[in-house]
Amino acid sequence: MAIIINENTRVLVQGATGNQGSFHLKQMLAYGSNVVAGVSPGKSGQQVEGVPVYDSVFAAVDEQQPDASIIFIPAKFAKDAAFEAMEAGIKVVVVITEHIPVHDAMDIMALAQIKGTTIIGPNTFGIISPGKCKMGIMPNSIFLPGNTGIVARSGTLSYEIVYNLTAAGMGQSTVVGLGGDRVPGLSFVDILEKFEQDPDTERVVLVGEIGGNAEEEASKFIKEMSKPVVAYLAGKSAPPGKRMGHAGAIIERGRGTFESKVEALSAAGAQVASLPWEVPGLLQNRGL
Amino acid sequence: MKLFEYMAKEIFQEYGISVPRGKVARNPEEAAQVAKQIGSVVVKSQILSGGRGKAGGIKFADTPEEAALAAQEILGTELKGYVVDTVLVEEKIKIDQELYLAITIDKAVRRPILIASAFGGMDIEDLPEEKLIKRNIDVSIGIKPYLARDIARRLGLSGEVAEQASKLIVSLYRLFSEKDAELAEINPLVISGNTVLAADGKLTIDDEALFRVDQGIPRVEERTEREKKAADLGISYVELDGNIAVMANGAGITMATLDILQHYGGRPANFMDAGGGAGIEPTAKALEILLSSNPKAVLVNIFGGITRCDDVARAFVQVKQSRGIPVPLIIRLVGTNQEEGVRILQENEIHSYRTIKEAVEKVIEITSA
Repeated sequence: MAIIINENTRVLVQGATGNQGSFHLKQMLAYGSNVVAGVSPGKSGQQVEGVPVYDSVFAAVDEQQPDASIIFIPAKFAKDAAFEAMEAGIKVVVVITEHIPVHDAMDIMALAQIKGTTIIGPNTFGIISPGKCKMGIMPNSIFLPGNTGIVARSGTLSYEIVYNLTAAGMGQSTVVGLGGDRVPGLSFVDILEKFEQDPDTERVVLVGEIGGNAEEEASKFIKEMSKPVVAYLAGKSAPPGKRMGHAGAIIERGRGTFESKVEALSAAGAQVASLPWEVPGLLQNRGL
Repeated sequence: MKLFEYMAKEIFQEYGISVPRGKVARNPEEAAQVAKQIGSVVVKSQILSGGRGKAGGIKFADTPEEAALAAQEILGTELKGYVVDTVLVEEKIKIDQELYLAITIDKAVRRPILIASAFGGMDIEDLPEEKLIKRNIDVSIGIKPYLARDIARRLGLSGEVAEQASKLIVSLYRLFSEKDAELAEINPLVISGNTVLAADGKLTIDDEALFRVDQGIPRVEERTEREKKAADLGISYVELDGNIAVMANGAGITMATLDILQHYGGRPANFMDAGGGAGIEPTAKALEILLSSNPKAVLVNIFGGITRCDDVARAFVQVKQSRGIPVPLIIRLVGTNQEEGVRILQENEIHSYRTIKEAVEKVIEITSA
């Protein structure tokens, strides 16, 4: 099972001949993802690592029937790429690109709602169902197939959490990066709902950070969940009012502080780890 | 990027939104000149912060002499952390009613939101919820005249004033959308007789969209020199007051690194997210920025995904060979191309750690010695 992507997912890479696109296409193939096509306008007929490249998503869909796309297109053109994927009928679109203008992101989400597309990102490390399929830029070596679902706002920080889980022998069902931008395609709740339904997922780790109220919203759903949830939050030491890189990571008017998030999550029955390497221990304490 | 009030008002006018007559002045003589043309004026400090009135940054003047005096009192003073070098000298308008109008982004629903109130002016933050009109906007429809008319009606307006206000609402949304704004706010929106005027204006442009927003808008600088240098490299860098310089790749892990450091009693000198996929040159420059702040030690936490460990290692070796690294450098390096990265560091006598726990413990040991 796993959520959103699995061993049957046919992957398309948009921006396949670029520096990042070609590097990560190769990495995804090496991981075992079923990459069936690439798209780079003007480059049809070429191959990247044996994967055929097409001029447009429409052409790739005609020839190779991909059902999920991953976008490595510069910010200025990313909206066009996402629109093209959605118009061509792709139902899962992973947008790796960072620095996409927020008005473009809102346009993408509005079309996704009309088309019924699942957008992961923008500014995400992607999604991986270990042992089955990877659509993203995460290092291949740290993942282990298993039954812990992970949902995160931040990329590298979730590698840290995965690294500690894998070292403790705890594998992962699916790891999803929501993306660090102001307007992401999915919320924690969207993913928690899927993990709650997924028979392969027995417990969930939520990796959050200060700013916004996504963790507070997630807490309301966690209260209703049957599966245990452990959380880790970044930004305890951040001074108020300072923007810490992620557009999301800024403390606004007392909402979204570290304390308010810990309080909401704890009240919902989630345990909050103080340090990243405490997560596996807390999961074990939950009788698993 | 936040814009000064006078810049916001110039853009408002491009979109047919009326503002009081006025002109910018940078010294008392210029302020007197403007007052001579206009008559009774308001002299307003131009800073990137609200609450100017209460802080003494807004003064009234009935004659050119008074305007010069007001400008003299305001220019050069420090208000809310900003030194004032510009004032806006504007006609004093008759105020019949003050409204509030803003369009911003509602992250929770991934759409713009229009916020309006019939009770504008100071202390808008304290207004109870029932006095605010809120309306999410579907970007594929935008704000059409029917919606604007409905907002005007709910603001209690009628006749000519309602018609002007509706037009203004449509224009403000068009501006918000075309200028890639994160915030377009008018407070107060003034009703003066039969006209509707933006008596103040706040406009924030999305930094990520500056590449396509009208080049005529001058860039407004809010950062320190080091922060500026880092931004030019595409790196998020915020100065803090500790003595351990920190670099990591990714905002989340950078924050977590600062948290862990503080948990162990260390004091970070900065937040630096070197970003994903930075090559050798930018990484070397980032390290140089850290060294220029004279820290007691540098802590680096790299978990390579899109970032390649060998690139990071080469960058550090480059800095070590070209200018030397005068303080202890503690590196945690794992992820993509890890073996190669660790090997390159070892060959150049730089030790690296596999876990952040070990690295933080080491940096604490060194800096507290």
